[in-house]
Order: sequence, then structure tokens, then C-alpha cells
Amino acid sequence: MILKSTLRRIGAALIVMIGISMLIFAIARVMPGDPARIALGPNATAEQVAALRFERHLDASLPVQYFEFLKALSRGDLGRSLYTNRPVTTDIAQFLPATLELVVVSAIIMVLIGLPLGIMSAHFRGRVPDHLGRLIALIGVCTPAFVWGVILQLFFGYFWPIFPIEGRLLETTPVPQGPTGFYLIDSLATGNVSTFFDALHHLILPALALAMSGLGQTARLTRANMIDVYDKPYVEMERAYGFKPFRIATRYAFRPAFIPTLTILGLEFAAMLGNAFLVEKVFGWPGLSRYGVEVIIRKDLDAIVGTVLIIAAAFLIMNIVVDILVGFINPRIRLAAGKG
Amino acid sequence: MTEAVLAIRDLRLAFGSRRSQSAVLHGISLHVRAGEKVALVGESGSGKSVTARLAMGLLQESPKVHATGSIRFDGIEAIDGGPEIARRRGNRVAMIFQDPTSALNPTFRIRGQFRDVLRSGGRRISVADADARAEAALAEVSIPDLKRALDSYAFQLSGGMNQRVMIAMALANRPALLIADEPGTALDVTVQAQTLALMHDLTEKRGTAVLLISHNLGVVREFADRVYVIYRGRIVEHGTTAQLFRDPLHPYTRALLAAIPKISGGGLPDLPERSPDFESPMITHEGCGEPQGFSA
Repeated sequence: MILKSTLRRIGAALIVMIGISMLIFAIARVMPGDPARIALGPNATAEQVAALRFERHLDASLPVQYFEFLKALSRGDLGRSLYTNRPVTTDIAQFLPATLELVVVSAIIMVLIGLPLGIMSAHFRGRVPDHLGRLIALIGVCTPAFVWGVILQLFFGYFWPIFPIEGRLLETTPVPQGPTGFYLIDSLATGNVSTFFDALHHLILPALALAMSGLGQTARLTRANMIDVYDKPYVEMERAYGFKPFRIATRYAFRPAFIPTLTILGLEFAAMLGNAFLVEKVFGWPGLSRYGVEVIIRKDLDAIVGTVLIIAAAFLIMNIVVDILVGFINPRIRLAAGKG
Repeated sequence: MTEAVLAIRDLRLAFGSRRSQSAVLHGISLHVRAGEKVALVGESGSGKSVTARLAMGLLQESPKVHATGSIRFDGIEAIDGGPEIARRRGNRVAMIFQDPTSALNPTFRIRGQFRDVLRSGGRRISVADADARAEAALAEVSIPDLKRALDSYAFQLSGGMNQRVMIAMALANRPALLIADEPGTALDVTVQAQTLALMHDLTEKRGTAVLLISHNLGVVREFADRVYVIYRGRIVEHGTTAQLFRDPLHPYTRALLAAIPKISGGGLPDLPERSPDFESPMITHEGCGEPQGFSA
């Protein structure tokens, strides 16, 4: 029955994807400026521009263009970038792994630091560790990711230069070849440990910069939800029955509090995909966010639609994963699903 | 006369910051002897529940709680809380709550929570042993399908079933004292009566002392050997159950007894909110003084 509800969610996500594709398809085309002219540059003749417009069906009506787009999409073809003159899928395949690797590592940092910080704050509510934890969380939330990027570069790349501030690898390190495009995974899969550590070394600062706001949000939510849970009768029962305070904090009060936190965590993760742009800019990270902005500035129609759809898909997939996880850790949902 | 398991002497409690405090308890003294069933009766807000929680050391951690006096339990002083009383929670002293269903964690099965109860006070016990003991404890409270109950979440069981689970958890480590705070008030009357009878039988059989916190005089009359009546943070009358119900002497106790609704009708008699008479001095019935020079 978990399968059934998952299928239902996937169905809903597909409908959302169709809506998004229509919307972005239309918006990209009503933006002022002629994409063919922008792509060919000011020196192109009117005939060249007209030829390109014809080739890309740019003179057809919107529904016809959309229909052509869907026809191509059914073959797994997102069209061609006017700018790089390569298939959009090729561009995305090149840039997406770098962004995903950054976002996934950020999410791991967010969870590994944010949750314990929130648990600590709730456990020591009103005392020094709590005040400290809340301060860190608040600063994390209030400061934009790109500012974190600059701060981290300044401190750990300039004053105390222990981390590189640009790129995914040293120029001397060969790019690991592998199926995922995640340098951490590909380098390990090929047994290349030094490449792995070089990639990790380059990842830490940008990932931390990107993680800070979600990390603060996670800590604050965890704290707030746990403090609610601490007032529940079952926590009093657990204390009255001699459960260890540490065990209550990390297990018995944490799990009920984690259920509402997890939903927001999923959204924070998805929001990172958007926030990643500025961080990628600051750290010269060759990712999809940077590509997305470049193509929007150049009004590269197919590339815009393709990029937006991929990010939307990542968002929706994340939502489905979170829903499944929530159902898994919340016995009420899990068992209700089992019955129906 | 057997020794007191719990002896509270001149317990005073105030809530609040250092500057502004509001007093809640004004010198409570009470004791419970081994195997004895003592009731603490009063209306809501009289201070009976906080007295019980202080006795278990559950409130003292909070910086807003200021307690003075003495709470002797099981040979230790618990007025300031601390690790000694914490180590005794769940095994030397246990507690049963108003609403058993909300007193069990909804995100864990009974089995896991029961294991932690059996491990209270830092006891080391293997998973297999813990489960065997949990099953034995559940069997004693007449739960039919032991394995199924252990593998259930509280919200899958009925209120009465959860109350049995709570009683089993409370008594699993053979505590010297069981504090029952309005047990089963959230349950319907029949189930409440059943589980109270069960609790009575089991504690009787094992010689477990019980401190029953209640506002229900009917329950107290059936359950307790001795009764303290508490009003606005003070004990106003203390006697054996027989003495107190036969011959209530304090004006507040009389008002309380008069407020028991009668089947013969006439509606619910009024209990005056406050009366100067209720502030009259405490009355102790014959043979019911607090033990002197106690060593609990």
C-alpha cells in the first residue's frame, strides 16, 4: 500500500511537471528579445536570423511549438541550446552532476550538524549550550549563502589558506571518469584515493556555505519541535521511569519531533538547488545553476525550459522521497497505509 | 509499626524567578509506610500532583522550582532531586498517570519502551531477558496476546489495555512505592474501576506501598488505608479512611464529602470556592501522627 500511495504521488508529480513545462515554455517565449538574433549576434544578416527562426519553429504559434516540444521530449530530446549548439540533454548531463554533488554534500552537512545542534539546544533548554546553539542557528539562517561563501573563502582560503577557493579539482588532478559524474563517487569507484580527497577538499567550503542557512533552519525547527515534545505526558512518563536524559533527547523525544522537521528538511534541500547558483558563482563551480542563469540571460529557449524542468523534477522527487520517509518513521501513517 | 518508605517533612514549594515567586505548597508533611495505601485528596490546583512529582525528583531540575523541607525516600534525601533519586525512578519508585494512552510514546512500540523501563537505574539486561520479563509482567495484568501487545503502538491498543501496560511497567521492577496520579481519570468509569482493582490486588500481593493522588472520594474510600486531605497547599486533615469518612472534622473535608453527587438526586452540591473556615488548623485523627525521628 506504500507502493500504491507512492504511485499516486508520482502521478501527481507528473501532472505538476506538465503544468510547469507549459508555464516555463510560455514565459520563456514572451520574454522580450529575439532568441535567434541574440544567438547569432549583431553581425548576422536578417536572412540568417529568419532561417534560424524557421529551423526552430519560432514563427509557429505557441501550441504548435509546445506540441513539437512534447514530441521531441517523448524521444528524450530537450532540444538544442542556441548558445552551445549542443543538445540540451548533453549540457545538463555535463553540469548537473557537479550541482547535485554540491547539494547532496550540503544536505549531509545540514543534517549532520543541524540536527545535533537542535537536539542539544532542546536538551539544555534555557541554559548556555542552548543560547549558543540558537545564536549559531540564527546567524546561519540570517546570512545568505553567497555571503557565507565569501566569509569562508576569506578565512579559510586567504587568512588561513587551508582550503582551495575555486573549482572542483586541482588542475593537476586528472578528472575521474565514471558513470555518476560525482567526483567523490567516481574517484572511489576507480580506487583513486588522492583524487577523492582532492575533490572533497574542494567541496567542503562551497558545501558548507550552501548548507549554513538550511543548517540553522534545521536546528531551529528541531529545537522547537522537541521542546513541544518535551511537554508531552509520554516524556514525563519516560523521565518518571528512569530513562536516561541523553536517551530521551536522542531517541524518545527526537523521533516524534523529527516527523514535522523532516518535511521542512526536504524543502530546504530542494531550495538548495536554487541557492546553489550564487555559491557556484562565488566558488567557480561548474554547475547547472550557473548554466541556468547564463542561458536565461541569452534567452536560450530550449536550454531554459530544460534546466527549469530538471530542477523542478529534482524538487518533486525530493518531495516524494520525504513523503515516503515520513510515512516510514511515523507509525500512524505507515500502519494506516497498511490497512487501506 | 513498619518504617516509612516515603516521609515528606515540611515541604514548601514556590514557582517563579528569584525575585517574584508564588508559593504553592506551605509545609506539607506526609508519610507512606511499606505496603501501605495512602491517598492524597484534594481538588485540582491544591498541590497534590506537584507533591508527587517532587517526591520523584521530577521538578527540581527546573530553575523556576524552589523546594525546601525534606523528602526522605528509600534511605536518601530527595528534596533537591539529583542522581540518587533519578537512579531510583522506574525501579524503586514508579508512577501511573491519568491518561495511559498519552503517557506512552506514539512513535515507539511497547516493547522498546518496556526494555528501557527494565533498564532503569542503569541495570544491564539482555534483550531476550528484557522481553521475557516484559511478557511475564504483561501476563500478570491479564493481557491476552502478549507478543501482539508488545509489538503494538499505544494508539493501536484500547485505553484499558494501555492502562494495564502502564501498571505492568510500573510494577515490573518491584518498586517499593507506586505513585498513582489520578490513575485512569481519562478512562471510562468501568475500565477505571477494573484497572484500579487490578492495581490494588497486585500491590497488595507484593506489599508495594501506594500513594494515590485523587480527587475522587469514592475511589479513595475503596482503595486507601489512610487519607490526607490537601487544600491550597496545606494538609488540612489526616486520618485512617474509616475515621475520615465516618467523622470528618475539618470544615473543608466536610464540604468535600458533601460534594459527592448522590444517586438520590438533588444535583451536584456546591463546594464553595473559598471559605475562611477552610483555613482552620490541620486536624490529625487519633493514632495518625507523622512519625518522629524517622529514617526512611
